[in-house]
Amino acid sequence: MTALEVRELQKSFGGLTVTANVSLAVKEGERRLIIGPNGAGKTTLFNLITGELKPASGRIMLFGRDITRIPSRLRAHLGVARTYQIITLFPGETLLRNAVLSLLGLSPLRWNPVVRLDRLASLAEDARAALARVGLGAIAGRPLGETSYGERRRVEIAMALAQRPRLLLLDEPFAGLSVEERRDILRLILGIPREVTIVMIEHDMDTALEFADRITLLHFGKVIADGTRAEVVADPRTREVYLGE
Amino acid sequence: MTRRLAFALAVLVLATLPFWLTNSYYVNIASQILIWAMLALALNVLAGYAGLVSLGHAGLFGMASYAAALSVAGGAAHLTAAVLALAATLVASAVFALLSLRSTGISFLMITLALGQILWGIAYRWISLTNGDNGINLVSRPAPFGISLESPQAFYLATLAAFLLVVTAMEIFVASPFGASLCGTRDQPRRMTALGYNVWLIRFLAFLFSGLVAGIAGLFFLYYDKFVSPHALSLATSAEALLMVISGGTGTLIGPIAGAALVVVMKYVASAYIERWNLVLGAIFVAIVLFMPEGLVPGMLRLWRAMRRARRARAAAAHLG
Repeated sequence: MTALEVRELQKSFGGLTVTANVSLAVKEGERRLIIGPNGAGKTTLFNLITGELKPASGRIMLFGRDITRIPSRLRAHLGVARTYQIITLFPGETLLRNAVLSLLGLSPLRWNPVVRLDRLASLAEDARAALARVGLGAIAGRPLGETSYGERRRVEIAMALAQRPRLLLLDEPFAGLSVEERRDILRLILGIPREVTIVMIEHDMDTALEFADRITLLHFGKVIADGTRAEVVADPRTREVYLGE
Repeated sequence: MTRRLAFALAVLVLATLPFWLTNSYYVNIASQILIWAMLALALNVLAGYAGLVSLGHAGLFGMASYAAALSVAGGAAHLTAAVLALAATLVASAVFALLSLRSTGISFLMITLALGQILWGIAYRWISLTNGDNGINLVSRPAPFGISLESPQAFYLATLAAFLLVVTAMEIFVASPFGASLCGTRDQPRRMTALGYNVWLIRFLAFLFSGLVAGIAGLFFLYYDKFVSPHALSLATSAEALLMVISGGTGTLIGPIAGAALVVVMKYVASAYIERWNLVLGAIFVAIVLFMPEGLVPGMLRLWRAMRRARRARAAAAHLG
């Protein structure tokens, strides 16, 4: 089954076309890597898939369902979760509260104005489990402001995974990390079960290659190459566009 | 535990205030503080927890005063008038929210300001309805369960009951999942949407809650003075409420109460000694902004913690030496 299908998607900002007739299909359980130079329209594509931006034309299908017109917040309820290239967390809160907010987003409890949030033990337990999954269980009570950049990258992933998504979009999860941290995050991503379909944007080909089943190469908003890892790596256009040779 | 103890102690002090503060003048000032604190707490829901600074809350506050005064003047009983007034304030809040929540930040502030000014304009100019600048008199304060509130002491205790209800509601609200969601929409609206939250609806409901509490404050404001004039809806009143919130501590529960106490005390107590009390109040605000930009209550807490840490460090150094 196709988890995500994008058909002839178009988006421009003023005169600049950032997504030009992009079509791609990701199978259920697949690991898809999206590469391309800066300004290729990778993050814009994610924003279109999550609904943060509206396409000028084209369709987006999630597990066979047309979600093109469905508002962003409801796409989360349909199983789409994402991480951000620029860390987007709740800075004044603890790691635990960050994870709790993620879980709460899909729970009807979020509308409850009378119970005490810190008394909802099962929610806290699930949040702790989500943090433990990325190796942050021991510091769940720490304020986000007292954590390292690498730890925050993990919180991003923990929050996305906490929602038990069917489609996970990772936007440059290795950005700004050291070699060791990259390896740790990669191991974490490789450990995500195959029920979750993953699309990842990444600049760092060396780290990301191992992850990919298939690779899509974007350049100036267009799909330049699309195929298995070996095909795209061997494609001369990849070298030309991406490696600048 | 200490928090609960402090709360119980504060309630005890406040509840016995008419017995140890025998001068009626000061009891009236205490009532005023409670009324303004309710308005500041209402505004704090938006300015503090939602990150939406409104400059139109005096409109909602005065709307409740006027609606109740007009209903009573039209022959309604006090209870009916109060219910009608709060219903009218909720409707006005919904309209305010529908129009202003199209934006955030400065635009939100400007739209709420404009809406507040419209209500002020109605109170000031629609003379056949509102009696214009002369305002409306209320014949008597309500007498719930047959208890007269005409004495300052009885009125104070009734206001305190409403105030405690509002504070308790705020406390529960802030600690609830909905309160946490609201703070989330302040810090990361984009992320909240991606996590599945309906940011607009959360803000809308928060606006209604804020408007309702502002309405309750407006009712007690009317009962206190037994009179309401367009000044209650003026921009000056909105700005004053906002200053209370900011000076006391935005996004805290105690801050707006402390801010209200500061402003009211300056207004009524300091003005007895210093003719230019506004100047003093201004200087205090400048000092707060310079030295405690987070507000009086969080600022004091920070100083206290720093002092305790310094004392502990000194003790440790002495121990080593």
